[in-house]
Amino acid sequence: MFIIKNKKIFVIISAVLVSFSIFSMIFFGLKFGIDFKGGSLLEVQYSDVRPTQSEIEEAIKPLSLGSIVVQPMGEMGYSIKTRDITLEEKNSIMGSLGETAEELNFNSIGPSVGAELVRKSIISFILVVLGIIFWIAFSFRKVSKPVSSWKYGLIAIVSLIHDVIIPTGILALLGYIYGVEIDTLFVVAILTILGLSVSDTIVVFDRIRENIRIGNFKTFEETVGRSLDQVYTRSIATSFTVIIVLLALVFFGPASTKFFAIILTVGMFFGTYSSIFLASPLLVMVNNLQTKKKN
Amino acid sequence: MLKTRIIALVILLLGVGVGFFVYKTEISSRNLAPGATATGWAKYPFRLGLDLSGGTHLVYKADVSGLDANQVKASMDSLRDNIERRVNIFGVSEPLIQIQNGGFSNAGEERLIVDLPGITDVAKAIDTIGKTPILEFRTENPIKDAPQEAKIDENGNLTIDPYASQFVKTELTGRYLDKATLNFDQKTGEAIVSLQFDDEGSKLFEKITSENIGKTVAIFLDGQPISVPTVNEKITGGQAVISGSFTPQEAKDLVQNLNFGALPVPITLISTETIGPILGVQATKAGVTAGIIGFLAIIIFLFLWYRLPGLIAVISLSIYAVIMLAIFKLLPVTLTAAGIAGFIISIGIAVDANVLIFERMKEELRKGDNVSDSIHHGFKRAWLSVRDSNISSIITAIILFWFGTPLIQGFALVFLIGVVISMISAISITRLFLYTLNFKKTTKFTNFFFGSGLSSAKVDIK
Repeated sequence: MFIIKNKKIFVIISAVLVSFSIFSMIFFGLKFGIDFKGGSLLEVQYSDVRPTQSEIEEAIKPLSLGSIVVQPMGEMGYSIKTRDITLEEKNSIMGSLGETAEELNFNSIGPSVGAELVRKSIISFILVVLGIIFWIAFSFRKVSKPVSSWKYGLIAIVSLIHDVIIPTGILALLGYIYGVEIDTLFVVAILTILGLSVSDTIVVFDRIRENIRIGNFKTFEETVGRSLDQVYTRSIATSFTVIIVLLALVFFGPASTKFFAIILTVGMFFGTYSSIFLASPLLVMVNNLQTKKKN
Repeated sequence: MLKTRIIALVILLLGVGVGFFVYKTEISSRNLAPGATATGWAKYPFRLGLDLSGGTHLVYKADVSGLDANQVKASMDSLRDNIERRVNIFGVSEPLIQIQNGGFSNAGEERLIVDLPGITDVAKAIDTIGKTPILEFRTENPIKDAPQEAKIDENGNLTIDPYASQFVKTELTGRYLDKATLNFDQKTGEAIVSLQFDDEGSKLFEKITSENIGKTVAIFLDGQPISVPTVNEKITGGQAVISGSFTPQEAKDLVQNLNFGALPVPITLISTETIGPILGVQATKAGVTAGIIGFLAIIIFLFLWYRLPGLIAVISLSIYAVIMLAIFKLLPVTLTAAGIAGFIISIGIAVDANVLIFERMKEELRKGDNVSDSIHHGFKRAWLSVRDSNISSIITAIILFWFGTPLIQGFALVFLIGVVISMISAISITRLFLYTLNFKKTTKFTNFFFGSGLSSAKVDIK
């Protein structure tokens, strides 16, 4: 009952976190990688002596490839970003970089492919959100009193949006500090957070539903509060196990999935937080508003 | 009870068996000499995606503007088969060639995706794929002295097709070619190329020749006329000969190119990704390490927190992991770095189901049920939670799969299979093993071992 008694505080905390994240996104901006913008990325590594960044830029300038962004990568490498280029152009870049330069990785994405990815990301996001609303509304259809089932779905979505905005805000911050970009894996991470975090919210709603059915408690508020008491260990335990494996991925996993795992960890954490400290308080507030309107 | 215990034992043995299968197949395929054919155990290695094996990912756009809407699918399929033949001769192991149909998300473009694991000489690969010849038969333009055609393409470049005013395209293209063979002209000893069309092609050819007797029919290769013979008579049977002062080598190359299949539609390369093998090996190692560490961490947590049921969860999880690995080998599922991440995450989710069940069991124990009843009720009541919470993950996985790029599909497939199998393993294997622990009496022993966390099972309800 502690959580419900202090529901206003917890909802405000969530609102503050979300505002910070939105502020972070606006202030730091979201860096979109070449997966979405199109362009090319060439990663090279030098075996003995690594030239300075300006030497590299000077070497590539005569090739007239437009704007080039050269960034150091690790101790011995550079990443070179340009507009999307052909293989011949890539070979001329490699040629101008010297004999000791070895190509690690080359991606060239045409603008139409990038635009397609943007389209697909947006569509997938909408589909997942819709799918979840319908699923919750359906599975909670028999629990229409006192709060109708689709409102459960809506509240779940609100808590999901919270779960998605905060990691994105953190990504904007990471992008500002470390130069992390938004790529396909980020979109996958967000969609996975949607799926996983809603399953946690469902665990809580499920218990509320059962207690409503049994009719153990006098008021809706008490039902929600006591349900939370009953399930919070469970909810934390299930998220904890997923976070353990995600942390293993962050610290020991492949470099390409590191930020993917970080975003997922943040998402999972806030997913659990929102199921317990946001979704249930919101449910009670909605019910209170409804009762006030009736009276 | 005995029956339950026997079944549990059988499942345990099966689990060990599957584990053995995974182990043996992996060892055998690693010991395989390069180039040797795989037999027996070695036939089931783990399939690694490009980002783990290193290789090249190419995306082509197919120009279907010259086709009717209903011809598009057949042409794209034939294009796919063509490229596959080419790539196979090139000697790539397990290339992946897919069509992405034009649709809402593609902006209507027909795409061809070619994944070549292990190929680092990208230029050669693109050469081999891209240079399949486009064979066309064109007839004389009935409009004499027609003006030359000029086209402006999307980049603003002007191209003039010098032949369009003289010749008009027909329906007969390389799509209908059955076979090309190298021959030598009886009289002149020149190298010539004999063409044999398939049934439809033969009919088309018959029609074209019968309609153009006395006129020229030009044979175009890659947009250039290579032979402009005059038609003397209607030709049935679909045989034609191209003689165009070829050297024997030129003729031989042309025959080979034509036989690989003249491309039914022209293609342009719009995207390339190459991943060096070093990065790939690093990624694989890191993925496996993370997997093992994650698994160990979960085992420790389960033991410490849930004790005896925890042990059962660990056994059930191990069987789950081993089944997943076997499925990856048998389906097969191409593993990418994201796919390995998905597998590791699914292990976490598999634990979820067990945790839900145990927590429910604990509640029943607290209410005063004995061990056997609380197992029973715990399962019944927890199943709904398990099902509902996993369905949302399944919805997400299905939509992610539709999303399309091979990288994401790798993750989505692993995630989807993981969630489904984890549900099945939790409610069947875990339940079965728990039933074998059918203690009817509640003693201090059972209290400790069925308790969890810092408390023992019997807690007075406030």
